[in-house]
Amino acid sequence: MASRRYRIGEDPDYVPIGRRLLMLNWTLVLLISALSGIGFAMLYSAANGSVEPWAERQMMRFAVGALLMIGIAVTDVRVWLKLAYFSYFVALILLIGVEIKGDIGMGAQRWINLGFFQLQPSELMKISLVLALARYFHGLTVEEVGRIPLLIPPLLMVLAPAALVLRQPDLGTALLLIAGGGVIFWLAGVRMWKFALILGAVLAIIPIGWQFLRDYQKNRVLTFLNPENDPLGAGYHITQSKIALGSGGLFGKGYMLGSQSHLNFLPEKQTDFIFTMLGEEFGLVGGLALLLLYTMVIMYGYVIALRCRNQFGRLVAIGITSTFFLYVFINIAMVMGLIPVVGVPLPLVSYGGTVMMTILVSFGLLMSVSIHRDIRISRQGNDDGRQ
Amino acid sequence: MWHRDSDRYRMFTRRALMLGAGQGILLTGLAARMYYLQVMESDRYRVLADENRISHRLLPPPRGLITDRFGAPVAVNRQNYHIMIVREQAQDVRRTLEILGQIIELGPDTIERVERDVARRRSFVPVTVRDNLTWEEVARVGVNAPDLPGLIIDAGRSRDYPEGPHLAHTLGYVAAVSEKELTGDPLLELPGFRIGKSGIEKVYDLALRGSAGTSQVEVNALGRVIRELDREEGDSGNTVVMTLDLELQRYANQRLSNKESASAVVLDIHNGEVLAMASHPTYDPNAFTNGISHKLWNSLVNNEYAPLSNKAVTGTYAPGSTFKMCVALAGLEAGVVTANQRFFCPGHLDLGNARFHCWKRGGHGWVDMHDSMKHSCDVYYYEISQKIGIDRIAAMANKLGLGELTGIDLPNERSGLIPTKDWKEIQLGKRWQGGETLISSIGQGYVLATPLQLATMVARIASGKAVKPHLTRDHVTAEGITSRASEEFPELQVNRAHLARIRDGMNGVTNELRGTAHRSRIDIKGMEMAGKTGTSQVRRITMRERQTTGVLDNADLPWKYRDHALFVAFAPVDNPRYACAVVVDHGGSGSGIAAPIARDILIKAQELKSARPGISAANIQSTAQLSRPSQTDREEEG
Repeated sequence: MASRRYRIGEDPDYVPIGRRLLMLNWTLVLLISALSGIGFAMLYSAANGSVEPWAERQMMRFAVGALLMIGIAVTDVRVWLKLAYFSYFVALILLIGVEIKGDIGMGAQRWINLGFFQLQPSELMKISLVLALARYFHGLTVEEVGRIPLLIPPLLMVLAPAALVLRQPDLGTALLLIAGGGVIFWLAGVRMWKFALILGAVLAIIPIGWQFLRDYQKNRVLTFLNPENDPLGAGYHITQSKIALGSGGLFGKGYMLGSQSHLNFLPEKQTDFIFTMLGEEFGLVGGLALLLLYTMVIMYGYVIALRCRNQFGRLVAIGITSTFFLYVFINIAMVMGLIPVVGVPLPLVSYGGTVMMTILVSFGLLMSVSIHRDIRISRQGNDDGRQ
Repeated sequence: MWHRDSDRYRMFTRRALMLGAGQGILLTGLAARMYYLQVMESDRYRVLADENRISHRLLPPPRGLITDRFGAPVAVNRQNYHIMIVREQAQDVRRTLEILGQIIELGPDTIERVERDVARRRSFVPVTVRDNLTWEEVARVGVNAPDLPGLIIDAGRSRDYPEGPHLAHTLGYVAAVSEKELTGDPLLELPGFRIGKSGIEKVYDLALRGSAGTSQVEVNALGRVIRELDREEGDSGNTVVMTLDLELQRYANQRLSNKESASAVVLDIHNGEVLAMASHPTYDPNAFTNGISHKLWNSLVNNEYAPLSNKAVTGTYAPGSTFKMCVALAGLEAGVVTANQRFFCPGHLDLGNARFHCWKRGGHGWVDMHDSMKHSCDVYYYEISQKIGIDRIAAMANKLGLGELTGIDLPNERSGLIPTKDWKEIQLGKRWQGGETLISSIGQGYVLATPLQLATMVARIASGKAVKPHLTRDHVTAEGITSRASEEFPELQVNRAHLARIRDGMNGVTNELRGTAHRSRIDIKGMEMAGKTGTSQVRRITMRERQTTGVLDNADLPWKYRDHALFVAFAPVDNPRYACAVVVDHGGSGSGIAAPIARDILIKAQELKSARPGISAANIQSTAQLSRPSQTDREEEG
């Protein structure tokens, strides 16, 4: 029985909607809400004790995004499998769209203005790439994963959007796409030496690629390597961020009492440097508590991935979780001066509509994987495969 | 197919766990970094954060007061109201200024200038609209405040010289700090800070300046002040009490005011206190406080009579016959001449083939030392100077304070000149000529002295002590005030009998019939003065002039070729207390022009008892408190 079809009512894996809501990972929802709540509190502080202009809008976005997340979570994971390539191509076309006709913002072309909403195709691509790669590797056996020609399409699937995003130019997102893609390659069983080969190739072209970086990107890397070079320019951000964190000490200066944040020494405190503000006001204790919440979310993602009985779900879960991890790690490492300033927000906490949406949508997918973890899906993407 | 999926699953699980472990390590790394920054390095970053947030602002200290010897304030700090505008509060700067222009007077370009300044600065930085508001204008702006958003009235202090031109040359003035005066003292970099540029204000600048207070304020990254955290008031500058008697000073100025250019000095012969020092014409030092206009500056600098210079210490004049006391005393001390020794004056003396004239064409006949001074006979001095020699004359001149700085506490003092043989050899590369000794003996030729030096010379002759003049009652430094009261000047190392002979000669000049200044004697019992006239040539009288027209009368010459009129004196004769020197530049004769002025000033000094002890900042605390800002001042500044 190669392709026996069920009507929906007959689907052996069909679960009624009410039961799916009960199967929702409410602990995960709670963790996400807690992180977002911390975000609201910090945005309230960043505005010197006002819900305007950030906290209120962030809450509304979270409300909309959370509903979307639950909607996605209770939707059958097979729907997402079927939409995987489609969403990838839509995202790719939109990315090309911003290349051709994009609005200028912060010196980088990142938005498509849809009138009521500013769509950031690169954010959409983060999810779509995970879905598409998971869909692709879902269809490969262990042996097939070992065959190099079969690895070329997914490689192109990663590199095409990464190149477009880099051109915008958005170094942070490009790195997230490549690293997120790499994780899926690795989990799908691609051999270690192949990674080493790619890494070697990349190292070889770094000197060439360097020339294609914009001046501000070069500055960021150079400033990271030697922040004292430019204490008033790009290095100022990192230095002020470290001063803010360090002066917070063990218990912090108190809510809404961070001098670095409130006297504007800290740049971008409501977006990229919001962790610094939290560290200044709540100290090491507050910072570690937030890190612990993130760790719990990530561990939750791993549990979902490991308990999932289909490859697509496993790869989606680990891809989303790893992307989330990368957000957290890059942002926090950046504000503490461990890596260059690459402009990656702190997920769920930083102010920003598109990122909030992306994260909640991806958690919707993660929970969809969780709810439908027992569904077996054939390598061709059919919902049978029980033979 | 299921076994294949389980292969995939096993690999997935293994690699997921490796990935998870890797991510776990990275997250632990973040925690470790957090610990490093927030615990191990915390103290360092706390300091850095405070350096960011706390800004130390200097509070300029009130400048020390200056008073005359009796405590009358002559340099004070006046409340100066200025009006400023803050863009972010004013909204429409132009409109606000237009309304303000209807309430108080604004300069023609004020609106444009303020708009320019406002545009260049951050919106919360106040920009000065106008300085020096009167109290009435302040009140008018206050009443209209609701229509004038963003305007602030601020009270500062500015230096004020209530006596105006009367003390300009001794007090000096303050003005804005120039680039090359910056010493690294941050006070000097404060906008609006003034330092002494001349006179007492310059010499005692550090003592008058005081020490700055500081205000710790919290600022944001743009430099906007959020709040004041701490405030430490500075110490006001020390009070400087001058030796001048304001009354006498005013009188001296007034007495000189009908001359083109003149100066006068009155000293206390015992302690060297300068009781009056006048230089005419003068200027108003208040003009410098808020920046002097180009026009006024040029008119001061280009004025032929040099109003900016204090001629009492910077003007050098041939002392003429006032130098004769030096020569006579040198002769007595050298033992080459006695007071009673007589010389014959035929009206001239021939030396080689040069003829040296006495001022009196017919000559004085036989004269002794007393008469030589009384009549100011030149030939007598030609005679004795040949016996003494220039070097011994110069040594005595130096002893009496000529030819070297008196050390007065004023800037730019000139030392004048007392020539010696060596001096000529070195400076001019020529040998000293015998005739030059003759010329020098009547205070002409190379000899130059300042009015202050001449007054000092008289004070030394009158007191027998090596008096040095000074302008402040105490030694005042930035560290503190110490009294001069205990200071004694050393004896002059001159035979007292010889000094008495000289004083006797000077007495003859004024108080004996036919003395050159007999007409200008003081006729009041107990106030009589002894003096010496001097009329010094500034041009050479040629043989041709003497033979054809005769020596031209001063009135027939242009001002700057006329003789300088000098007179030096001390009073009272019996118990000297006051020494005085008056020089009227190109004024004509010493007896006719300078002597009456000296007489009037010395009468005034004695009437006023100018030398009676005044106050001393060293032992009177209340004057120091005068200069501290009152509580209300402080509040108005806030």
